[in-house]
Amino acid sequence: MPHIALPAGFPGVRSLFMYSPVTAKPLNDLVQTLLHDPNTSTLTPGERELIATYTSSLNECKYCANTHGAIAKYQLGGDADVVKAVMVDPAAAEITPKLKALMNIAAKVQQSGRNVNSRDIAAAREEGATDNEIHDAVLIAATFCMFNRYVDGLATWAPDDPAVYDAIGKQRASEGYLTQPFKVAQTQQ
Amino acid sequence: MPYIPLKENLPGITGLLDYRLDTALPIRQLTHTLLRGKSTLSEGERELIATVVSYGNECRFCTAAHTAAANAWLPDPSIAEQVKTDIATAPVSEKLKTLLFIAKAVGKSGRLVSPEMVAAARKAGATDLEIHDTVLIAALFSLYNRYVDGLASVTPMEPAFYDRLGHILREKGYLPSEDRYAGLAP
Repeated sequence: MPHIALPAGFPGVRSLFMYSPVTAKPLNDLVQTLLHDPNTSTLTPGERELIATYTSSLNECKYCANTHGAIAKYQLGGDADVVKAVMVDPAAAEITPKLKALMNIAAKVQQSGRNVNSRDIAAAREEGATDNEIHDAVLIAATFCMFNRYVDGLATWAPDDPAVYDAIGKQRASEGYLTQPFKVAQTQQ
Repeated sequence: MPYIPLKENLPGITGLLDYRLDTALPIRQLTHTLLRGKSTLSEGERELIATVVSYGNECRFCTAAHTAAANAWLPDPSIAEQVKTDIATAPVSEKLKTLLFIAKAVGKSGRLVSPEMVAAARKAGATDLEIHDTVLIAALFSLYNRYVDGLASVTPMEPAFYDRLGHILREKGYLPSEDRYAGLAP
C-alpha cells in the first residue's frame, strides 16, 4: 500500500509522476539527458543504464532495479545475462574494465559520497575513464539514490510480473523518458 | 582537491552545476519547485528538511549552505541548530517534527519510512502532498550530498561564505540567473 493516495494503474515512479506532474517534468528531463540521449555522454546509453540498475539494486529498490535492468537489456541489444551479472558482481561481469572501475565508484557513492577516494578515481583513469565519464558515473549513482528513495519512501507499487518490466524496458529504451506510460493492470494486489 | 576540474571561484555544488549544464538545469528546476514553489510548507520549513537530510548524510557543504538558507527565512538561527541536534525537542511544530523524522529516514533509505511514521504525520495534520514533498526533498538532497562529496568538491571553511550563499539562495532561489554567484566572493 502506498503511503499516499496515488493514481491506480501505474507502478513505481510513474504513479508519482502522475501524482505530481510539476516535479515529474524536471525528473524526466534529467534522466532523458543523463541516461537516454546518445550524444550527451561518451558512455553508451546501455552503460549508463547499467550504472542506474546496479545502484538501484544496491539500494534494494525492486521497481527501479527491474525497470532499469530491462531498459539496459534493450539498450544492450537484448543481453539479459550481462544485466544479471552486473547486479550480482560487476567485477565478474562481461563489461569493459573502464565500466567496472566506474561501477566501483557508483557503489561507493551509493553508500556515501564521502566513501569515494582518490584511488577509486585513479583506477578509473587508468582504465581510460575521462573527467566527464567519472562525473557522469557519480551523478547517475547519486540520481538513482534519489529515485530509489522517492519510489520506496512513498511505498509505491512494484509489480511482481517480469513481463511488466520487460514491456517498460522495451518502451523506454526506444522512446526515452518523455512519452506517456502504458497502464498496468493492478490485479496482483 | 576536486576529482575533476571545477572552477575555483565556485566551491561545493555551485562548481558542479556549472560543470555540466544540461543536467544542472532540471536539477535546478526541481529544487526551485520543491523549495520555493507554491506549498503549504514555508520556505524555512522546507530548507530545514534539506538541512536535516544533509546533516544526516554528513555533507558539510550542503549542511552549512542550507542551514544558512533556512536562517535567511526563519526568525531565529537556533531553530536550525536544534533541528540538527534533536528533532524531538526543537522549537518547530509537531507536524514539521513528524515530517523531519520521515526526511531523516529517507536520507538513509526509502525503505525505512514506516506506515507508523506516516500515520504520525497525518495525525499531526500533514497532507498527502506535504508528505510527498518531504520525501522528494529528502531524496533530492540524498542526490546532492553524494554529488558534492563523491567528486570531492571544495567545502569553504569560513562561515561568512555560507552567509553570502544563504543570501543568494533567499534572493534568487535555485534557477539559473545572470551573474548568480557574483555575491559569493568576499
